[in-house]
Amino acid sequence: METGLDYSPTVLLACIAARLLEDKKSVFVGTGLPMIAAMLAQRTHAPGLLIIFEAGGIGPRIPVLPISVGDSRTFYQANAASSMHDVMSLSQAGYLDYGFLGAAQIDRYGNINTTVIGPYHAPVVRLPGSGGANDLGSFCHRTIVIMRQDQRKFVERVEYVTTPGYLSGPGARERAGLPAGSGPYRVITQLGVYGFDEATRQIELLSLHPGVTLQQVQEASAMDIRSAGDLATSAPPTAEEMAILKEIDPTGLILE
Amino acid sequence: MEILEEGVGELIGWHDPDENRGWVQRNKSRELRDKRMTIGEAVSTFVHDGDFIASGGFGHVRVSMVGVYEIIRQGRQGLTMAGKTAVHDADLLIAAGCVERIEVAYAFGHELRGLSPASRRMVESGQCKVAAEISNAGYQWRFLAAMMGLPFIPSRNLLGSDTLKHSSARVVADPWTGKPICLLPACYPDVALIHVPRCDKYGDAQMDGILIEDFELARAARRVILTTEEIISEERIRSEPWRTVIPYFLVDAVVEAPYGSHPCQMPYRYYFDEEHIRSWLQRSKTVEGAEAFLLEYVHGVEDFAAYLEKVGGSKKLHELKLVEELHPAEGV
Repeated sequence: METGLDYSPTVLLACIAARLLEDKKSVFVGTGLPMIAAMLAQRTHAPGLLIIFEAGGIGPRIPVLPISVGDSRTFYQANAASSMHDVMSLSQAGYLDYGFLGAAQIDRYGNINTTVIGPYHAPVVRLPGSGGANDLGSFCHRTIVIMRQDQRKFVERVEYVTTPGYLSGPGARERAGLPAGSGPYRVITQLGVYGFDEATRQIELLSLHPGVTLQQVQEASAMDIRSAGDLATSAPPTAEEMAILKEIDPTGLILE
Repeated sequence: MEILEEGVGELIGWHDPDENRGWVQRNKSRELRDKRMTIGEAVSTFVHDGDFIASGGFGHVRVSMVGVYEIIRQGRQGLTMAGKTAVHDADLLIAAGCVERIEVAYAFGHELRGLSPASRRMVESGQCKVAAEISNAGYQWRFLAAMMGLPFIPSRNLLGSDTLKHSSARVVADPWTGKPICLLPACYPDVALIHVPRCDKYGDAQMDGILIEDFELARAARRVILTTEEIISEERIRSEPWRTVIPYFLVDAVVEAPYGSHPCQMPYRYYFDEEHIRSWLQRSKTVEGAEAFLLEYVHGVEDFAAYLEKVGGSKKLHELKLVEELHPAEGV
């Protein structure tokens, strides 16, 4: 492990997200950090990672960072330029291993809000809504959430469940009719990495980023968060990872 | 079949399949005829106040902006919009006051570029109403049910969420597995505006790259306005018939409009005009700014050719072509 390197918080998030992805598996990505993470994974430990975009891009050789999920870079020299019906059906049928999501709010059970802050009919902030998030969160075997955490975003109960996490606890997804065994896998924030306890389906802290304290995590959360027994420290970016990220996002569009 | 759960969202664009079959029989000609017209004629003939409209493409990709500008120019009112990854198209139509309500899979945002100041202002102040929520897959499967002539299609998304509670979907027990399953109601927009790279004068259309959900949308919508980068011969269509994504009898109007997706992207032809989009996002932060922008680029230009001159003319369009073709050194 390299240490003493200067890196921005988003660089660390990209590295952590990339390391979660396995070789020869598939991932549904949106724009921004998830796309960078998937590209980094392909150029390090997971050259056989299959990247799929919801608008229809399947297995592209992404030449430069796409700006939109439907951008022609998302199907550049791809295995297939298909359709939303096709890729969403594939994901419903079980072909998508990982999916990345963003969140304006998340709660103890990994339920996500990207629809509205404040009363539904008199919103304080109207957000874009589900987009493909509800679909990814319903269909992918494992979803990974990347978000900034603070007291307004890490809450006991989200104001609006745009995308289902574990809903109200163990078995709730299956009782609602969602595909068995699917659900949130990791939450990556600027402070640490979280997972979900197998028995309770509640969020738990798995690792703290270098230099971050437990107190900082609690201060940036409106819910009590349990720590895993063997709380780890997130490995900082390696020199190799940082060099590849510089190639992927040379102008710092995402990785300021 | 017992209904386990029922969304409270407004049911937009649904018809009894028999009613729609009758409508299709009466109104959709199978005649192979020349449908070329101007965008002005297409919009005045097929887009009416109060209609439910849907726009093809995805986000800022392959969107009929030429059609969107014309709807604003003609001052359509009271439209219902399909917020199916509606980005620049919806933002402008909402800002211009054309849209009374919207069903939202994704709206009020510009993906990575941030939230839409103008349409957020309209929805947060109640000037544009959210009629129902849905997801991207949910919306396109509503079109799939419609194109299949079915009243609904089952799916396994939305379940357990507030997105379902505010949608027009219902949940029943699947008669085979016994598990809860979501039923998405069919959705037939009154008009779809779809931009394609090429088609013949009858409307047989080809696409390059991803189809997104335009295959389904073109078959679900009652009227289809096709805008195209170029019109090609019937012979060329017939020499490669497997390339036809939308056959002519689905199409009501054919409008030739090179660069008709600007400032959005047209795969293999031109990239996003980031400068123009950024300018809109900046200027639309105020009501006055949005109005001035629309005056400058929509009401204040004579036609689409004049608009293209206004945004930078052939020099700018050439730059966008180079960027799309991955020659960033020469482009912007």
